[in-house]
Amino acid sequence: MTRPASAPFLEGLQNSVIRYQACTACGAAQTLARYACRSCGSTELQWRTARGAGRVYSVTTVARAPSDEFRPLAPYALAIVELDEGPRLMGHATADARIGDRVIAGFFDFGGRRLVRFTKEA
Amino acid sequence: MRQAYIAGAGNTAFGRHEGSGALDLMAQAAQRALDDAQLGRADIDGVLCGYATTLPHLMLSTLFCERFSLEPAYAHSVQLGGATGCAMLMLARELVRAGRCGNVLVVAGENRLSGQARDSAIQTLAQVGDADFEVPNGASVPAYYALLASRYMHETGLDEEDLAQFAVLMRTAAVRHPDAHLRTPVGVKDVLASKMICAPLKLLDCCPISDGAMALVVSAGPLGKARVAITGAGQAHRHQHLTAIADTRNYGARDAARRALDEARVRASDIDYLAIYDSFTITLAILIEETGFAERGGSAERVRAGDFAPGGRLPLNTHGGLLSFGHSGVAGGMGHAVEAYRQLAGQAGDRQVVSRTRAFVHGDGGVLSSHVSLVLSRED
Repeated sequence: MTRPASAPFLEGLQNSVIRYQACTACGAAQTLARYACRSCGSTELQWRTARGAGRVYSVTTVARAPSDEFRPLAPYALAIVELDEGPRLMGHATADARIGDRVIAGFFDFGGRRLVRFTKEA
Repeated sequence: MRQAYIAGAGNTAFGRHEGSGALDLMAQAAQRALDDAQLGRADIDGVLCGYATTLPHLMLSTLFCERFSLEPAYAHSVQLGGATGCAMLMLARELVRAGRCGNVLVVAGENRLSGQARDSAIQTLAQVGDADFEVPNGASVPAYYALLASRYMHETGLDEEDLAQFAVLMRTAAVRHPDAHLRTPVGVKDVLASKMICAPLKLLDCCPISDGAMALVVSAGPLGKARVAITGAGQAHRHQHLTAIADTRNYGARDAARRALDEARVRASDIDYLAIYDSFTITLAILIEETGFAERGGSAERVRAGDFAPGGRLPLNTHGGLLSFGHSGVAGGMGHAVEAYRQLAGQAGDRQVVSRTRAFVHGDGGVLSSHVSLVLSRED
């Protein structure tokens, strides 16, 4: 049975690990789920597990939540983090996160899903 | 190859049209465009329409044609987010230049404001984010653009007061347009004091959600007094999702602009009117800078210098843009082209700026994902 391209990422999250694709031809790490390498076009992509550490690339504080579900959580910080292995990942972040900060991924359950929350490295 | 001209334009007012559906609004704008072009229904042999979030139909173009009593030889709808309007104009031009069509009606509209609950509109739009990696975090379009802004401001030094300049510029323009959604004058302090949505973007950094429609007719021959041709067009699509953006110096706008300018055989310095997509203040700042109409990080300085005001060297979005004329989806992104055409044609009424001959029009869809640039030129 075939599975959606992003299934390994979602399954990883349920097990509190961050998975990403790396190209077996050129080694490039992929952001999001892809059918072919964004650098060389090879279709030989392999899922790997990231350590969860990285650097904040951009950050915002969501004051106006987009739905009733997320309203109790607001205000909450969302960040794009560049993981040490190369890919970028969107996740929640602690309120003190700033661009350039070293962060490490943690996990929390919300609305029936497990989500990532980055905290500053000690 | 044949030249393609804009033969007429029409619009509804933007704002709240309680009780009107997408087709109702599209029909009003389309009728006005036909009247403006002095064309009858039988003259229209091509129809391109956008999508409507309030009317997700499999065949919106032919649904509209039946209701509006058109029997074109070519029709379909186009979906490219906020870039749809510019993409339809580019395609209409190709259809005319190739000889496939003589008069193409380009129309879009919807009751995005009154036709659904606000949360529903926000949820629909949030789906431009990745369904597995981004949306589940409680992200929304303002959050995507706030993350874009956070990084771009970090790299360029643009600050919140810089962004506020664009909100004020667009509102000042909208005050002079009777059909604009938001016409209450605001100043920089009002923008900075407005409610925080997603830092650093506040309420007045964000466009409103509006009801409304826009239509243009693209024709093989210049009709009427004004001879305004689409002389160049270009696209670029480098990513779909925010996290996949690879280069903050070329989201795609630079490539699209270069392709359009090259095709029109003009330089950026030959352009004397700007019509640029402005879903948020940061969108406008980035697009102006990336398309080469300001230095990187220098767009707000040009606003402060008055360059983009109606009386300035390079008037910008004199209808008030998405930020104040309003945003009703595809029609919102067509508004820039409609106003550029009217300014070039000398038909902008009380808003008419001194004679302009060459406009640069740019639409962006998604999260700076899809880019379409056009050059409009007046032939004298």
